[in-house]
Amino acid sequence: MTMGKPLPHDSAPLHVTGQARYLDDLPLPAGTLHAAFGLSTCAHGTITAIDLSAVKAAPGVLKVYAAADFTEMPDCSPSTHDEPLLATGTVHYIGQPVFLVIADTHLNARKAARLGRITYADLPALLTVDDALKANSRFEQGPIIWTKGDATRAIATAPQIIEGTMEVGGQEHFYLEGQIAAALPQEDGVHIYSSTQHPTEIQHKVAHALHLPMSAVRVETRRMGGGFGGKESQGNALAIACAVAARDLNKPCKMRYDRDDDMMITGKRHDLRITYRAGIDANGRILGLDFTHLIRCGWAQDLSLAVADRAMLHADNCYHLPDIRIESHRLKTNTQSATAYRGFGGPQGIVGIERVIDHIAFALKKDPNAIRKLNYYRAAEPTGPGTGHRIGSTYSPKNHIPQTTPYFMEVEDFIGQDITDALEKSSNYAARRAEIAAWNSTNPILKRGIAFTPVKFGISFTLTWLNQAGALVHVYQDGSIHLNHGGTEMGQGLNQKVAQVAAQVFGVDTAQVKITATDTAKVPNTSATAASSGADMNGMAAQNACEIIRQRMADFLANKLGLPAAKIQFQNGEVRAGAETFPFAQVAAWAYQARIYLSSTGFYATPKITWDRVKGQGRPFLYFAYGAAITEVVIDTLTGENRILRTDILHDAGTSLNPALDIGQVEGAYVQGAGWLTTEELVWNAKGALSTHAPSTYKIPACSDRPPIFNVALWDKPNREDTVGKSKAVGEPPFNLGISAFLALSDAIAATGDGSRYPSLDAPATPERILMAVQAQRDV
Amino acid sequence: MTDTAFLLNGTPVRVSGDSPTRTLLEYLREDQQLCGTKEGCNEGDCGACTVMVTDENGPKALNACILFLPQLHGKAVRTVEGISGPTGELHPVQAEMIAHHGSQCGFCTPGFIASMATAHTTGRRDHDTTLAGNLCRCTGYAPIIRAAEAAAAAPIPAWMQTDQHNLPAVVGSGEADRLSGAFRPTNSDDLADWYAQNPQATLIAGATDVGLWVTKQLRDLGPIAFLNAVTDLQQIEQTPGHLHIGAGVTITQLREALAPHHPSFAELLRRYASEQVRNAATIGGNIANGSPIGDGPPALIALGATLHLRKGDDLRSIPLESFFVEYRKQDRQPGEFVAGITLPTNAPNLRCYKLTKRFDQDISAVLGCFNLTIEAGHITQARIAFGGMAGIPKRATHVEAALLNHPFTLQTLETALPAFAKDFQPLTDMRASSTYRLTTAQNLLIRYFHDLNGTKTNVLEVTL
Repeated sequence: MTMGKPLPHDSAPLHVTGQARYLDDLPLPAGTLHAAFGLSTCAHGTITAIDLSAVKAAPGVLKVYAAADFTEMPDCSPSTHDEPLLATGTVHYIGQPVFLVIADTHLNARKAARLGRITYADLPALLTVDDALKANSRFEQGPIIWTKGDATRAIATAPQIIEGTMEVGGQEHFYLEGQIAAALPQEDGVHIYSSTQHPTEIQHKVAHALHLPMSAVRVETRRMGGGFGGKESQGNALAIACAVAARDLNKPCKMRYDRDDDMMITGKRHDLRITYRAGIDANGRILGLDFTHLIRCGWAQDLSLAVADRAMLHADNCYHLPDIRIESHRLKTNTQSATAYRGFGGPQGIVGIERVIDHIAFALKKDPNAIRKLNYYRAAEPTGPGTGHRIGSTYSPKNHIPQTTPYFMEVEDFIGQDITDALEKSSNYAARRAEIAAWNSTNPILKRGIAFTPVKFGISFTLTWLNQAGALVHVYQDGSIHLNHGGTEMGQGLNQKVAQVAAQVFGVDTAQVKITATDTAKVPNTSATAASSGADMNGMAAQNACEIIRQRMADFLANKLGLPAAKIQFQNGEVRAGAETFPFAQVAAWAYQARIYLSSTGFYATPKITWDRVKGQGRPFLYFAYGAAITEVVIDTLTGENRILRTDILHDAGTSLNPALDIGQVEGAYVQGAGWLTTEELVWNAKGALSTHAPSTYKIPACSDRPPIFNVALWDKPNREDTVGKSKAVGEPPFNLGISAFLALSDAIAATGDGSRYPSLDAPATPERILMAVQAQRDV
Repeated sequence: MTDTAFLLNGTPVRVSGDSPTRTLLEYLREDQQLCGTKEGCNEGDCGACTVMVTDENGPKALNACILFLPQLHGKAVRTVEGISGPTGELHPVQAEMIAHHGSQCGFCTPGFIASMATAHTTGRRDHDTTLAGNLCRCTGYAPIIRAAEAAAAAPIPAWMQTDQHNLPAVVGSGEADRLSGAFRPTNSDDLADWYAQNPQATLIAGATDVGLWVTKQLRDLGPIAFLNAVTDLQQIEQTPGHLHIGAGVTITQLREALAPHHPSFAELLRRYASEQVRNAATIGGNIANGSPIGDGPPALIALGATLHLRKGDDLRSIPLESFFVEYRKQDRQPGEFVAGITLPTNAPNLRCYKLTKRFDQDISAVLGCFNLTIEAGHITQARIAFGGMAGIPKRATHVEAALLNHPFTLQTLETALPAFAKDFQPLTDMRASSTYRLTTAQNLLIRYFHDLNGTKTNVLEVTL
């Protein structure tokens, strides 16, 4: 068995020796040109004059483009036609590309890009959700509202109402490798290298910009130095700029953003304001709930509608909410166009309901987990022979009324209760809560806190047609195997997982499967490697391709030996045929000589899913991935300084394809999620300029910020749906576990007060926000 | 003009060229096609470009993106490619990083390998500190630390032990006094003469700030002098009651020298930027830069340090606090440079509190340094200085006055709190608001009381 083995990342030996090639490391032909953008310094304004004479005269500059140099401005948007490559008359945010420099070196291009003299007539700049709401500046006609039941009535008649507001900050991806692309002109088209999660989108946009058929544009991506959603659409501009210059100057052209430019130009996670109003009973059961999301989308639509949808789709998290109303405003502002970021709105939805649960528990002076369990979805119906009743469970198969999400999807696979029980036990949750309370009573300055966060995350693209994947597999006559699929490698170990699937089918060692760069000329019409779908979809497509080839080989060998095909088995690098065994390579050679075709494509389309996003109804997800975390923290009530002290995680990856890679995803996602809600603060100044545009001012977690005690385990039970090896997607779901760090800080803050005022902490919980919340407790 | 000569992965190389501000990172990637070393931020904050540089004092980790080639003259550079053995053998930290799944996207990995291999060579086991200057966005760090711990006990590979031995042969006979057009004095007399003649010049010691003038502001620096061969400015001397620190002493060296005398100051310096930056940055640069948020000056002012300045043959000494006149203006004449500082060794009540969004490798929002002398229960001397609270590192003179000659009690301190508003009207910026700065400055005085009285006040000291 190769599936399920904890193999290292396939590129690990290359990573640690510096031999892994990223785009900027590729040797390109002599004479390759370099591009840089000149950026807007005005948040919203009309360009009244543009003087690029100094730019053109700068050393090494070969060509300079501005809007006037295009008869038709190329568009960079992944959704609607609203992102000109260069500003056309009006600028919409500080950092928007206004002109494009092509020079002989990267440094000369950067230097020249500083020399543009552009004057603007200021227009009113909408920087905040309040600005945009007031001006009715938004995408779509008005707010999207989904309702189920009658939340208004349920809240009005409830014994108690809990309400509040929470600001949730955005997040810079801070992929260590910045955005980069290169274009090599061909005799009849262009070959693009791009650090992208979405080669087909790059192909599509470049083809459109150059008026070429997609077949004339080939896009290749070997690996990214991190993506996290930030390379789903944000690489389009670089690839298009390089392609245009390569065509016009007939030379290769490369573009790499300097880090500060990268942070000024590209989109980030959507920040938002969440307002909630919950009607509850005396025990804390939620009877009715009303959410409003004010989402700051920035200047262009990009992927914001789908992100905002997914925030709504996760507003329930693990809780059954029969009467709920969710109102979502997608607000258009003069800031970077917020984009995909790990979780794609899901974390923004989940943090809202977890806040509500925490607030209810505070108001009722109960353990938040008691409130959680009271409101959880019913446990999954047992499956398989001999299951029947679950003793002691709320589930009764005699009285089955489906529990559905706010979007009317039946929750069939809920295991949150079991994970909660197991994690509470393994982390000694109850005893630690008591010990923390005792410790806090004897420590006047430092306070500890603890919190639990469960996660239910929907797996599938909500744009249904994206749920397809292709693969291309060759078996060569020496038995070596070439694997290609539509997914991209950004560090998650996708290629290794898919190679393990391929090796399993052929019964060979994973190392025998050659992993190759994602290439639009090998597998066409790919979806972005996003939505955690990479292994689910590409693994299935590769499995399909391998099984087709294996069947041909088995049929051939069975025929040759006069055996039924069912007697042919592929395992341990050999092919067993009845009593005989042959090396896999031998069978491949024979099959080749017998003119058996040893190459196949494979395909997968996710079953069962249907979705009407306008109505907010359907089954957008094939299944849910689950998990839970418990985080303990300490805060200093004099300064707001804080530390994570311990984290325990139990996460559901189904039957893991590779537990080592999956645990790596869980650990990394947790720290990234905790960073989102603690140290990672994006600050824009009064003019709309991002002040935190470098790692000197934008602080992602550093080494010592990880939990010093970090217990991570996988739930390790098969997916109920028929996924590859019964595994579950793992890229995004554990990001949400970082919410437990935020709620633990809130718990520690609450320990400074008398229990009468809920801390109402905003995110990110910087030392400053924590201190202000502590002071609010003491001002009671 | 002499070439810059150094060892690169064990092989001697010579670099001529006319740009003294070409960075090692550009040279490695563009001239040597050694593309293992990565550019992540080009400002010394992410560590993806980390390399191991060995000089006569041994190996240290440095950021190649803000390291100018002439600074390497006579030294040995080892990149990720040279950390593997000559026939491709894996270094123990490389093998353990694979075994413990310490790389995901792999882009930060070469920098981690360089930092880890350096720490492995020098026997350092304080991984959170040695790796604070290496950012990873994928792993959450846990597997990297597991790898570092697993590799710690492995013997140092033979190929990692040759650089220091081979150094003397690198330069050959005679020291170069010009490299790529830049002046490279080897003693402070030569520096003083030259700088008096070229007062518009830029002096470069560690280049941890000047590096960004080049890589980020894209400035042409004009005449340059590199100070790293001026060995007489790199001395630390102890006389009874005092330490004399040369301007060219690095923050790493300063931290080691201060640790026995001023543990709180040394702990502050542990959080000064990152390992790579501390290995390059000098205390002279930290002072001369005049930044209101540099971490050295407030602590030194609280200690009552004396600053020594030199112009030509003229030497003068002033209290450090008087050097900082106003924002970006110091009491320094054209052609005059910081030669060193003198500080007392006895200050048992010195405490330095640095507030940041992130503990490691972050610039202070507020840095409060308190040094009260308490005799018979009364405050007989008070020196309190802050960074981040004004346009310069500044003493809290009104607060000091409110404390002086009063009993050292919580009540005294609380009574002094309103004086902070007379001393400071801090700004709001991306690090913190004015309100937070003023509030925490006051609260740090309260913390100081509890700290001296043994109450738990430090979240870093809480462990389960």
